[in-house]
Amino acid sequence: MPEFQIKKTQKAYDVCIVGSGAGGGMAAYVLANAGIKVVLLEAGPLYDPAKNVTQLKWPWESPRRGASTPYRNFGDFDAAYGGWELDGEPYTHKDGTKFDWFRSRMVGGRTNHWGRISLRFGPKDFKHRSIDGLGDDWPIGYDDVAPYYDKVDKLVGVFGSIENFDNEPNGIFLPPPRPRLHELFIKESGQKLNIPVIPSRLSILTKPINKDRGACFFCSQCNRGCTVHADFSSSSVLVKPAIATGNVDIIPNAMVREVLTNAEGLATGVSFVNKDDKQEYTVTAKTVILAASACESARLMLNSKSSRHPNGISNSSDVVGRYLHDSTGAGMGGIIPKLIGRKRYNEDGVGGMHVYTPWWLDNKKLNFPRGYHIEYGGGMGMPGYGFGFGMQGTNGKYPGRDGVQKEAGGYGASLKDDYRYFYGANIGMAGRGEAIARIDNYCEIDPNTVDKYGIPVLRFHYKWSDYEINQAKHMKETFQEIIHNAGGVVTWGNDGTAENQYGLEAPGRIIHEVGTTRMGDDPKKSAVNKHNQAHECKNLFVVDGGPFVSQADKNPTWTILALAMRASEFIIDEKKKQNL
Amino acid sequence: MDRRKYLKTLAVGTVGAGVLMESCKPETAKEVKDAAAPAALNYDRTPAELQHEAKLQAETFFDAHEMKTITVLADIIIPKDETSGSASDAGVPDFIAFIVKDMPRYQVPLRGGLAWLDLQCMNRFNADFASCTPQQQIEMVDLIAYPEKAKPELKQGVAFFNTMRDLTACGFFTSKIGIADLGYAGNKPNQWNGVPPEVLEQYGMKYDERTLEISVKFDA
Repeated sequence: MPEFQIKKTQKAYDVCIVGSGAGGGMAAYVLANAGIKVVLLEAGPLYDPAKNVTQLKWPWESPRRGASTPYRNFGDFDAAYGGWELDGEPYTHKDGTKFDWFRSRMVGGRTNHWGRISLRFGPKDFKHRSIDGLGDDWPIGYDDVAPYYDKVDKLVGVFGSIENFDNEPNGIFLPPPRPRLHELFIKESGQKLNIPVIPSRLSILTKPINKDRGACFFCSQCNRGCTVHADFSSSSVLVKPAIATGNVDIIPNAMVREVLTNAEGLATGVSFVNKDDKQEYTVTAKTVILAASACESARLMLNSKSSRHPNGISNSSDVVGRYLHDSTGAGMGGIIPKLIGRKRYNEDGVGGMHVYTPWWLDNKKLNFPRGYHIEYGGGMGMPGYGFGFGMQGTNGKYPGRDGVQKEAGGYGASLKDDYRYFYGANIGMAGRGEAIARIDNYCEIDPNTVDKYGIPVLRFHYKWSDYEINQAKHMKETFQEIIHNAGGVVTWGNDGTAENQYGLEAPGRIIHEVGTTRMGDDPKKSAVNKHNQAHECKNLFVVDGGPFVSQADKNPTWTILALAMRASEFIIDEKKKQNL
Repeated sequence: MDRRKYLKTLAVGTVGAGVLMESCKPETAKEVKDAAAPAALNYDRTPAELQHEAKLQAETFFDAHEMKTITVLADIIIPKDETSGSASDAGVPDFIAFIVKDMPRYQVPLRGGLAWLDLQCMNRFNADFASCTPQQQIEMVDLIAYPEKAKPELKQGVAFFNTMRDLTACGFFTSKIGIADLGYAGNKPNQWNGVPPEVLEQYGMKYDERTLEISVKFDA
């Protein structure tokens, strides 16, 4: 007997899904409810926020007071297992370019800690090349996706308000929470500037929608995962009920190596290494769905080489990995002096902002082609690591409680009172914009490097263009106006220069990466068709952010969910017709 | 470290961390033993995290003299007042002792800053900072606590004190007594009905009709 052998799982499945985030979770949910036998592979451990609890913990319960660690990049209480760097799973860069890749290895993936900002793409977002000549149009339009957005709204739950904007479609909304005090200041500022500030659209249940999930109890901690499942995460809203159908076998800690194919080039299943016993396995299925994240699915396809697919599976176009793009991001913050010394009350609210700003201008009149939306923060949040840092930059700038301007810095009882005095007077904002998808921004297989499982890793090549840099400059100018008109003073983020690209975040930082397996009608220019089906392998589908042709000035999750649902219904139809 | 030992280290002309640690070895060894049993964490941790926490908890970075100095400084920065206790009442020195292990980038600035402070006090008062009288300590702190008026030759001290101020305040206001002092009122299940009416009134604000109509509301 050789020491190294590959074990076959005995059971044959209808569908094998790789990844359990928004796309994989939705596919598992839809297929399992249609009676299809599914095996769901996840590279991380099982996770349920009702059992894996960090919600309602106090900062002092963490020895680092909630600070981030290499294991929890967004703080000690954050739900995400993983981060920008994973031990033994490197990625590399080409030509000195930068791309930061955030990976959550756990059931539910990055939906466990995400911002719950649940925006539909608008009609223009699917046809932007027709408007400005840049990038490409999608092979589908808003009307194709709208019925699925409706179904997602009802299945998952999202609050918001009917505004009838032309490119910010209405949804089927639960009632939004009232704005917090600092959000009223921002709204008032927006009115003066003709910038819309409207109720946010978050997938958080302000009212119960079924008996399985509770309603929000306003602790503001969605990023920690919710013990009553009142917000959307794939783990609790999709994977859990999918498993309850009895039609899904979930295999955690399964790191998929490649898609297996037969002589005809059709997918027959996948091979994976089990992280628990370090053994190699294969699992067979009639259809394979990749939902491992835009870059991880591209990596899998590129690593799945065979005589029929010498350039990676369904990649004779050489498109897989290309057109990678992330949302742009820039931020700024300040103090509203009127809010200094404010009365205390519980203003936690829901996890994240109660108001936001959708894109409101006409790009034809601007020096950048695509828009951005603005997310807001501030107020009397729970103190954590970093609370009070840099007081010497604040307490010398404003008169104190006694009306006297004091020397910056200091110590003692007077300093101690400053922290109370300035608490809750801060506001912050962040722009999230659309970048142009370009063929020369890509991930590819690094020819020299493997991860600890022996799987060749990704190498990134990514550069922002003037379009994104000019957009970031506009963000900064707008933020400054909003802060000033709210009666505020800028305290951070006003450091934009041409040299630092006006504070534009490095690509990848917004964790909205999409485009690597883009959809299209032309197999020479796209990896999958309008049903998320691989052009050159009809029983292979990709349902994460990879098939996006362009990433709008929205957040990608709601569209990933809608398209995964749409693709899953297509699979069910095709199976009925015995085409799969 | 007592003053005689400290002077001896100064005499050999190297105030490096290694020398300081060497001269405090017996105390360090004892602290390692005390910290060996990791305190339980009551929130979700992966196996890798538990391993990491146990490793951190078993380590000791600051020696007894450094901890003594940190405690004196922390209580100067956040003293007891009519509302709440002091930094040391809130466990700030333990927090700082942990955070330098968790975030090694603090180690050199803090250890070096403490040594800088002791050296300044030796020159001025012929005693290390912790052994100075309270009046002398305040005299020294006044020289480095105000970044905009500090003398240029004391800027390193200002940088050190800024870091101490940050960590002390953060450690205090994230502690149980600090959060009670601050009046943070959340982190518990509740129903958000908007800004309280008397607060809206205070700022001359109100919710418009449409907001009231479309937003979720709960019976008071």
